[in-house]
Amino acid sequence: MENYINQFIFGVFPYIAGTVFIFGSLLRFERGQYTWRAMSSQTFTSTPGFRWASIAFHVGILLLFFGHLFGLLTPTWLYEGLGMSPATKQMLAIVAGGFFGIICFAGLTYLMLRRLFNARVRANSAAMDTFIIVLLWLQLVTGLCTIFVSTGHLDGAVMQQLAYWAQHIVTFRGGAHEFILDVHWIYKSHIFLGLLMFTAFPFSRLVHIWSWPWAYTRRRYQVVREQ
Amino acid sequence: MSYFLNQLAYFRREKDQFSDNHGVTTDQSRRWEDSYRQRWQHDKVVRSTHGVNCTGSCSWKIYVKNGLVTWETQQTDYPRTRPGLPNHEPRGCARGASFSWYIYSANRVKYPMVRRRLIELWRQARSEHDDPVEAWKAIQDDSEKATSYKARRGLGGFVRANWEEVNEIIAAANVHTAKQWGPDRIIGFSPIPAMSMVSYAAGTRYLSLIGGTCMSFYDWYCDLPPASPQTWGEQTDVPESADWFNSTFLMMWGSNVPQTRTPDAHFMTEARYRGTKTVTVTPDYSEASKFGDIWLNPKQGTDSALAMAFGHVILKEWHVEGKSEYFDDYVRRYTDLPKLVLLEERDDGQLVPGRYLRASDIDNNLGQKNNPEWKTLAFDADRDRLVVPRGSIGFRWGEIDKRWNLEDKDADGHDVRLGLSQVESSDEILPVSFPYFGGGGNDHWAQTEHDPIQRRNVPIRHMKLADGTTVKVATVFDLMVANYGIDRGLGGDNVASSYDDDVPYTPAWQERITGVPREKVITVARQFAENAHKTQGKSMIVIGAAMNHWYHMDMNYRGVIKMLMMCGCIGVSGGGWAHYVGQEKLRPQSGWTPLAFALDWHRPPRQMNSTSFFYNHTSQWRYEKLEVSEILSPLANPKDWDAAMIDYNVRAERMGWLPSAPQLAANPLTIGREAKAAGKDPKDYVVDQLKSGELGFACEDPDNPVNFPRNLFVWRSNLLGSSGKGHEYFLRYLLGTENGIQGKDLGDERDRHPREVKWREAARGKLDLLVTLDFRMSTTCMYSDIVLPTATWYEKDDMNTSDMHPFIHPLTAAVDPAWESRSDWDIYKGIARKFSELVTGHLGTETDVVTVPLLHDTAGELAQALDVADWKKGECEAVPGKTMPNIVTVERDYPSTYDKFTSLGGLMEELGNLGKGMQWDTREEVAALGDLNGRHRGEGVKGGRPIIESARQACETILMLAPETNGRVAMKSWQSLGKNTGRNHTHLVAGHASEKIRFNDLVAQPRKIYSSPIWSGIESEKVCYNAGWTNINEFIPWRTLTGRQQFYQDHAWMRAFGEQLCVYKPPVDLKTIAPIKGQRDNGNPEIVLNFITPHQKWGIHSTYTDNLLMLTLSRGGPIVWMSETDAAKADIRDNDWIEAYNVNGAITARAVVSQRVPEGMSMMYHAQEKIVNTPGSEVTGMRGGIHNSVTRTVLKPTHMIGGYAQQSYFFNYHGTVGANRDEFIIIRKMNKVDWMNGPAAGDAMQVETA
Repeated sequence: MENYINQFIFGVFPYIAGTVFIFGSLLRFERGQYTWRAMSSQTFTSTPGFRWASIAFHVGILLLFFGHLFGLLTPTWLYEGLGMSPATKQMLAIVAGGFFGIICFAGLTYLMLRRLFNARVRANSAAMDTFIIVLLWLQLVTGLCTIFVSTGHLDGAVMQQLAYWAQHIVTFRGGAHEFILDVHWIYKSHIFLGLLMFTAFPFSRLVHIWSWPWAYTRRRYQVVREQ
Repeated sequence: MSYFLNQLAYFRREKDQFSDNHGVTTDQSRRWEDSYRQRWQHDKVVRSTHGVNCTGSCSWKIYVKNGLVTWETQQTDYPRTRPGLPNHEPRGCARGASFSWYIYSANRVKYPMVRRRLIELWRQARSEHDDPVEAWKAIQDDSEKATSYKARRGLGGFVRANWEEVNEIIAAANVHTAKQWGPDRIIGFSPIPAMSMVSYAAGTRYLSLIGGTCMSFYDWYCDLPPASPQTWGEQTDVPESADWFNSTFLMMWGSNVPQTRTPDAHFMTEARYRGTKTVTVTPDYSEASKFGDIWLNPKQGTDSALAMAFGHVILKEWHVEGKSEYFDDYVRRYTDLPKLVLLEERDDGQLVPGRYLRASDIDNNLGQKNNPEWKTLAFDADRDRLVVPRGSIGFRWGEIDKRWNLEDKDADGHDVRLGLSQVESSDEILPVSFPYFGGGGNDHWAQTEHDPIQRRNVPIRHMKLADGTTVKVATVFDLMVANYGIDRGLGGDNVASSYDDDVPYTPAWQERITGVPREKVITVARQFAENAHKTQGKSMIVIGAAMNHWYHMDMNYRGVIKMLMMCGCIGVSGGGWAHYVGQEKLRPQSGWTPLAFALDWHRPPRQMNSTSFFYNHTSQWRYEKLEVSEILSPLANPKDWDAAMIDYNVRAERMGWLPSAPQLAANPLTIGREAKAAGKDPKDYVVDQLKSGELGFACEDPDNPVNFPRNLFVWRSNLLGSSGKGHEYFLRYLLGTENGIQGKDLGDERDRHPREVKWREAARGKLDLLVTLDFRMSTTCMYSDIVLPTATWYEKDDMNTSDMHPFIHPLTAAVDPAWESRSDWDIYKGIARKFSELVTGHLGTETDVVTVPLLHDTAGELAQALDVADWKKGECEAVPGKTMPNIVTVERDYPSTYDKFTSLGGLMEELGNLGKGMQWDTREEVAALGDLNGRHRGEGVKGGRPIIESARQACETILMLAPETNGRVAMKSWQSLGKNTGRNHTHLVAGHASEKIRFNDLVAQPRKIYSSPIWSGIESEKVCYNAGWTNINEFIPWRTLTGRQQFYQDHAWMRAFGEQLCVYKPPVDLKTIAPIKGQRDNGNPEIVLNFITPHQKWGIHSTYTDNLLMLTLSRGGPIVWMSETDAAKADIRDNDWIEAYNVNGAITARAVVSQRVPEGMSMMYHAQEKIVNTPGSEVTGMRGGIHNSVTRTVLKPTHMIGGYAQQSYFFNYHGTVGANRDEFIIIRKMNKVDWMNGPAAGDAMQVETA
């Protein structure tokens, strides 16, 4: 039974989450152009504290995102070939992740409390807005907790297990869940929450992540649409 | 295409650059623009308009999308005017454009609502009584129960009910009231029928069928200028706004045209482009001021002083010096200036201008058999003999002899040219005494030390009367020259030979009072008159409520009207008196009255002048501090005039001058039954009872429960949030709830108690039931027992007209009424149905005894010709319809009320239709209406009668019966008038004889009405509508005593108050400050300011102040404007919270400190409601009030005059008016702004379901 649950959550659910994430985003982009936005609540209250928190959160979460991308999907041979041992890489992950995690934590905690307890913001929050910020916060907290567990085994082996899992998932190889059967529950819950986040993504304000305002950096003064 | 796939071409989008790479062309999708296009797509566009108290009557396109109203825009398809005249479009303003917000706003009344206390009592009573009428009676008979819900009025606690239940409560209350107290104790208040005439008619038709009382509005709003009936015998008739363009000298006097007449203002600016000179007269720097080539800013309330000085210059330079043949000819033929006035000799030998000389004064009645005492006289200038000129009111009634016209003929048909002055032919020159009031009033106004009695020399002739006495007579012209203080070489005192003399009424004299430099006065007067001379009358004065809301408004207005009459401007296109206050012009009036007052079933209806009613029944009379002696003429005998204000009103009601409601001090149905039992004619029975004193008038004992008004319907109105002068008195006495009155009544001052009214302990909570129909939760709704959700202006079929243009507009239902709302027509129909059901068993066919005042435009207006006699004092016989109200019985078959409501009754064929003294047969129209609307099947009163089930059928009924919308009827009405004038007038409408306007025609395009004798202007391709045009061109007399425009007023009461001719009277002292000044110290300095309530920019004409869009544009809550100087004195800065209060109550608001406002004056825009951003008051401890919380009505006895030609009562035509601008307030900064947001005691919004 336990095996089945593990297999479902870490072997099957990632594909469900991924499918919902991709196709959900596509559908929302096609059908709900006017809902494709960040839904900022800055017009309700905009204090200096809020602005700092927002920046801290966004900076932190962006670097955490790229950290995960690099950490989980870079093949072992690649970074070993570059002269970095798994242990070194793990230490890098702990330090960089810890640093940006704390920045992000400060910002996100502020934003969550504001969302929950500021009357105007709360009155203007949909259920999904509250859900997603609480989810992110839990996700961040479990992520930070993994640091304490990781300090117990600094050889990078667990890190590699997690990376194999991720690489197997994205390359559609079977048995991915087997790599993480015996990792600490704190990693498992962090992964589970992450998958949940991907599932919720198309239904939430997170879709704004897809749209980067690159064009503004090189936009001409006048744009004429010929159609 | 897919948005996503388009994104794949992200980097290939750009095609070409231009302008050195500053621009780029792309092939990006433009599909996102569709939503902007859809924003302007709709399923249908419907024509409607806004039925507020706006004269705009603008045609609007209402857009409907997916079954919802989305927005509105201005219609632009008016019928064009004519070459050389600008078109009407665009009409509309930002206020009208914001209306659609209401339909789906949180402020919308969505369901029938009842106050919780009442509904609990009702449900309990209903469980004990099967008969709803008994249930209502059970609640009312238990005073504890009755008080318990009345005391909660205005304190919230509304719960949702359903139509069945509320109709049952209302009908049960009405049946019980009619049965126990009398049907005239059921009152209905609704203003301005012209704004949505079918909605108005719905309620009044129901009330008139059951014998209830319909209340007037125009006098109560103080929009009625008494000067108009006094001068012309016409409520108000004015030029359409297009006619401003024809004017070449346009004055805007106390009228803020761009702000309050926005859709018409373009004609004013267009006239200026054409070269018309404009002069604005406003005490503040209003929006209109900037349009003036000259801006005059007299001190507020002193306009009559300015007008008198203008008149002084005009009369002297043009009439006394005889410079204009046009003026001379005009005043000779169309005004009373040639008429002769008797000079009364007082005991001390002083001569005082008395009444007009009448044919009955002269031997053999000067050959007049018919009404000789109502025919005024003049000298024929060419033959120097006394003649009876045609047109006076004596020719109008009695024997119809085709001589009621303004031809230059005397009664016998000889050509005459009436003499204006007797300065050449006088027997002697004697000083005549004129009153001067400029030394009175309180010290907020400049007081001058001139003698209160001004004696001035007047040329006089001696005349021998029928009784052998010799009397002295003078012409109105000669008296008026003396009254204006003009030196014409006759010697004597108190006359000015120069404009710089400080003698009333020179330009120099007015300088001290108004503050306007004399040079400006002389310049404007000269230009005004010179323009009129050169253009034959094209000088026009646009005038607004600002001047009419003062206690002595008739002086302000008569001063202005005299300028116009002297210069021959009245009745001339491009000239005249353009009073635009209240949307009073119900164009198809005489087609509407049968529907509205159920004249098709019963005549007469019960109608009441609201000012007297509210003054009496809200107990404002108990606080009256204005003594008659303060306003009496120094030439009157004070001993004859020592009663209280209410006493004169009671006398006026008793003598039939004014109407009464409730009428008699007993149930009129009971009186009918008793008379029958006694075997007497009810008329004789009532007269006997009144004479013996067994029966009295209800007004004589207003605190007796027998005489309470019991049920009140309010619809299309915000009585308690807007027009209710003496708001706090309403709350305490009529409603019996929390109120902010700070003063004491006259309880302890026994010597000031009235004589005609019984003084008892004041009754509180007189109303058993207050029902309001509205689509928004207004202040009035908050105070009502039951609130009924009504359809908005985009959800019903109705009609709307204005005095600003000659079109008749439809309101059409763009969507069905939202939520559970219903149209006014359907609501009253539902109540009528329930009433018919419940009344069975309680009332059957009853004899209702109705008292009717002596009405204008009926023979009743010839009551007491020469003097005033009161039957109650034994001065004359009590003769119904002559010395007292007429007493008429009406048979009412109560159970058939609903059948009558929904069908057109038989009196239309039997008695025909009538309007303004004309009468015509209407059988053809009833038949045509039956063919159009269909006829009821079956038996009963409605069997075979034309159907009026829907509001649209009601519209068709009006259109079919009115001369203005049915060419045939127009022909008949002109013919009817022709019988009286002896002239053929039908040429005015002959081209339209076979045309009719149907409702669908209006929906297609607003339609111009047909010329009708109901109005004094014509609809023509050649001239604009202008009041008095037919009087001038068709020789139709004005409906006054002399048949001419009257400079002079000769009624005994007018003389007693020194208003024979226009004079300057300063505002009156209402004494509302002294008892409270310095008594409620909160540590901040107090200042005393005059309190002005003008119409505003963000509400009124044509929306309400609680409209979110308007609140956003303004400061979002109650405001009071004040000057920088006054603000500095009281240490107030802009936007501070202030309190304004006096003995009447208190207001909380924010201060707007502005250079616009002159020192000594404050302005609180009218009707700001107390439901938005109104904090608690430090003075009353309750929530701050509305603008009328600091006012109290004061009556003026001269407005009570009745049975005297033009000074006779008619609904919304004449009567006491609710002045309010003489009021003062204390203003100070607030210390603590308390929003009173705590929970109310025990009125949670939930109620257990029954």
